[in-house]
Amino acid sequence: MSFVTRGFSGRARERDPRLPPGQTLVQDWPVLSAGPTPRIDTAEWEFVIRDETGADHRWSWDELLALGVEDITADIHCVTHWSKLEMPWRGVSVDKLFENVESQYDYVMAHSYGGYTTNVPLEDLLDGRAWIAIEADGEPLDPEHGGPARLLVPHLYFWKSAKWVRGLVMMPDDDPGFWEQNGYHLRGDPWKEERYW
Amino acid sequence: MSADPLTRPDTARRRPAWHVATVAELAPETPTAARLVLDVPTWPGNDAGAHLDVRLTAPDGYQATRSYSIASSGETSRVVLAVDEVPDGEVSPFLVRELRPGDQLELHGPLGAFFVWQPSRDDRPVQLIAGGSGVVPLYAMAASHAAAADPAPFRLLYSVRTPRHVFFADELAALVGPAFDLDLAYTREAPDGRQGDIGRITKDTLAARTIPAARRPQVFVCGPTGFVEAVASWLRALGHAAADIRTERFGGT
Repeated sequence: MSFVTRGFSGRARERDPRLPPGQTLVQDWPVLSAGPTPRIDTAEWEFVIRDETGADHRWSWDELLALGVEDITADIHCVTHWSKLEMPWRGVSVDKLFENVESQYDYVMAHSYGGYTTNVPLEDLLDGRAWIAIEADGEPLDPEHGGPARLLVPHLYFWKSAKWVRGLVMMPDDDPGFWEQNGYHLRGDPWKEERYW
Repeated sequence: MSADPLTRPDTARRRPAWHVATVAELAPETPTAARLVLDVPTWPGNDAGAHLDVRLTAPDGYQATRSYSIASSGETSRVVLAVDEVPDGEVSPFLVRELRPGDQLELHGPLGAFFVWQPSRDDRPVQLIAGGSGVVPLYAMAASHAAAADPAPFRLLYSVRTPRHVFFADELAALVGPAFDLDLAYTREAPDGRQGDIGRITKDTLAARTIPAARRPQVFVCGPTGFVEAVASWLRALGHAAADIRTERFGGT
């Protein structure tokens, strides 16, 4: 349906092939949050995976770090059309958290301090594709950007990388989380422009 | 670990879709912003506070897409935007300076089901807090509130550089009445005789010029990231529950 907009020439003539369709490269780091920023002390922080038996697998902050923090370089893509490329992160691979968790369920609901949720297929979180991130750009993750820890799933739109993450609940079906109930796509693949439904 | 779900949308959602808009009217809104009145025959209407994407296409196929809050609401095919020019921006300078009546744009929307206000939900008071061009979705809420003759008390605290930078100045002034209070807080230059009041909003400003937490207002805050971050944390310190505060931000850190 697209048509040429009279008088518009645009600026970026060389389009970076790492940018998915409809995305614009930014140098700053925009913040999108539905409410006030929660402040969570790492002394109080804990992370929980709840499996289908209702059993909770728990990690304190120190226990999380003890699993092994790795360097990550990732391109991130926000549904509101901005992207950042080659961003340095540090975090713990979600694979490490699932090493001793048995589950037949294929989906998880990520829960955050503050009450937000987002649904993600389990396979999108495994095999080196997702982390519990604790640093970005060489600094501890700022609370505005989801610190002390956020989920990092860079191959999906960035609302799936839940800020202030505190746990994952296994679920049998792909039930929509907070943003998904409010109109965002159930999966959110930026290369397919799965923004809204 | 409780789910603690936030409020879910409880009405049928207007599904977002692509639409062709024709520019009906253009006018300067402030020294750096323009008001765009768009005719969108296929527009399904939108809640007050919703936003949309504007997509521009260059002759060689290059496209640029940006999100803008909608200043209008309800069942209408006339969509109003107020776009502030971002210095060195790619899309906003085009919309503010180059667009002409009769031009056509692609829109995708309506978007957003959380940062919205709907009339006749309850009689809870509503406190709106705007920084700069962040007033656009909040103006839509105030106008919707007035159009519906909704009895919920509304109050808008609006931080703005100078009187000339007030978006929807005449419209906001006309809304003031028993159910709508308007508080303007100038950061650079105030109208004659009010020079003592100049300055950025502080926690004390919020305590003095907003609906107190004891009345459990629903609070909507929109503005630049730093503004929203500061205001939301002061609101929490003043006793407002996190779940009562909805935010929308623009710009980065």
